[in-house]
Amino acid sequence: MLLKRIIPCLDVAGGRVVKGTHFRQLRDQGDPVAMARTYSEQGADELVFLDIEAAPQERATLVDVVERTAREVFIPFTVGGGIREVDEIRTLLRAGADKVSIQTAAVQRPELITEAARLYGSQCIVVAIDAKRVSETDWRVYTHGGRQLTGLDAIGWAREAERRGAGEILLTSIDADGTRNGYDLALTRAVANAVQIPVIASGGAGHPKDLAAVLTEGRADAALAASIFHEGAFPIPDTKRYLREHGIPVR
Amino acid sequence: MIALVDYGAGNLRSVQNALDTLEVESSIAVSPHELAGADAIIFPGVGAAAPAMAALRARGMDRALLDAIGRGTPFLGICLGLQLLFDRSDEDGAACLGVLAGTVERLSTKEKLPHVGWNTIDGVARHPVLDGLEGEAMYFTHSYVVVPKDRSLIAGQTTHGLPFVSAVAVDGMVGVQFHPERSGAAGLNLLQNFIEFANVAQADHSLS
Repeated sequence: MLLKRIIPCLDVAGGRVVKGTHFRQLRDQGDPVAMARTYSEQGADELVFLDIEAAPQERATLVDVVERTAREVFIPFTVGGGIREVDEIRTLLRAGADKVSIQTAAVQRPELITEAARLYGSQCIVVAIDAKRVSETDWRVYTHGGRQLTGLDAIGWAREAERRGAGEILLTSIDADGTRNGYDLALTRAVANAVQIPVIASGGAGHPKDLAAVLTEGRADAALAASIFHEGAFPIPDTKRYLREHGIPVR
Repeated sequence: MIALVDYGAGNLRSVQNALDTLEVESSIAVSPHELAGADAIIFPGVGAAAPAMAALRARGMDRALLDAIGRGTPFLGICLGLQLLFDRSDEDGAACLGVLAGTVERLSTKEKLPHVGWNTIDGVARHPVLDGLEGEAMYFTHSYVVVPKDRSLIAGQTTHGLPFVSAVAVDGMVGVQFHPERSGAAGLNLLQNFIEFANVAQADHSLS
């Protein structure tokens, strides 16, 4: 049977993995290639690199990280952050990325999803959705790193992304992100039930039990987390052991 | 020298990176004569069948592949590279290489599609390239699967709601639906098996 995926997320700026909140107090966490290799060896199922500055002049640095990672890491990895054009997608895929994640540009110009999926295949197009709760059953889409509200509802937008050829949805709860109090299970479940394509849940992981909850109750196909892995409190092997002990099929 | 078939799509780079890690020489083949001289061929791929077949035909690579397979050149097809070995794909109605009898059909399942992620391989046939694969989890990303007419070709199965064919093998030709170049240590092991298999085949060939 298809196993649930555990995905460490690496926030990258200036060719380094960084940690910080809202672009402030960025702290250096290490070399992205070395960290990617370590996570791969520890049993991560996939990796996500997020270019948190998304500055055009830094793109060459990101492409270099992707090339070096592809030479050493033999699990799939996704690259996202500020991607606006199909040319940028091609560059990153050629450098060795397996998938790219698009977010703000996809909201502004949904045809980007259609064009990218047609050119490179749905399997490499991940649409990232940042959603914030406005009522018990209603979540709105934000863009620009969670700073700008759009008129889209998260469930409807996920459906449209699927219809346009997205291969997966990377769903982040803005409310839960950074809290370490667990994923937004209702949001994840609502989106996972609304689409046929896999949903990667993100935002709020503080303990392996949070991953267990989002992979069962939240119906997510994969769970993405950053700090619980980076800070060493719950390394990947421990997290996977916990999930296995709780009846969740993992590699 | 292992030739990687280039038809403008795909993840050639990640396969070549894996071969570099295993310290084996490979080259990207874009023309028929580059396939004719190859000791072994890896046919990787992602994407749809029709554009891939059109690109192969445009350069005469379809004929060259059939010739190389006919000569018994060790061959590994990956994902689309497995699917194109069959007669026809339902994905876009494309006529494929027709090396193996059968079709490529949308995976019949109530589970989510595309089938993305790690899944295990069972019922693995005895073949040097597939040694150690039984029970291993490998990385998949696809919605279509091969349906061989001759069930004896089936060399591995995987379950996503229903079982489907995840590996075929006949003599020197092996095809896998998953991506060994993205399947961590287990994937590198399969590629290493293929390299050794190709070396043995080449040694036998030089002796004969």
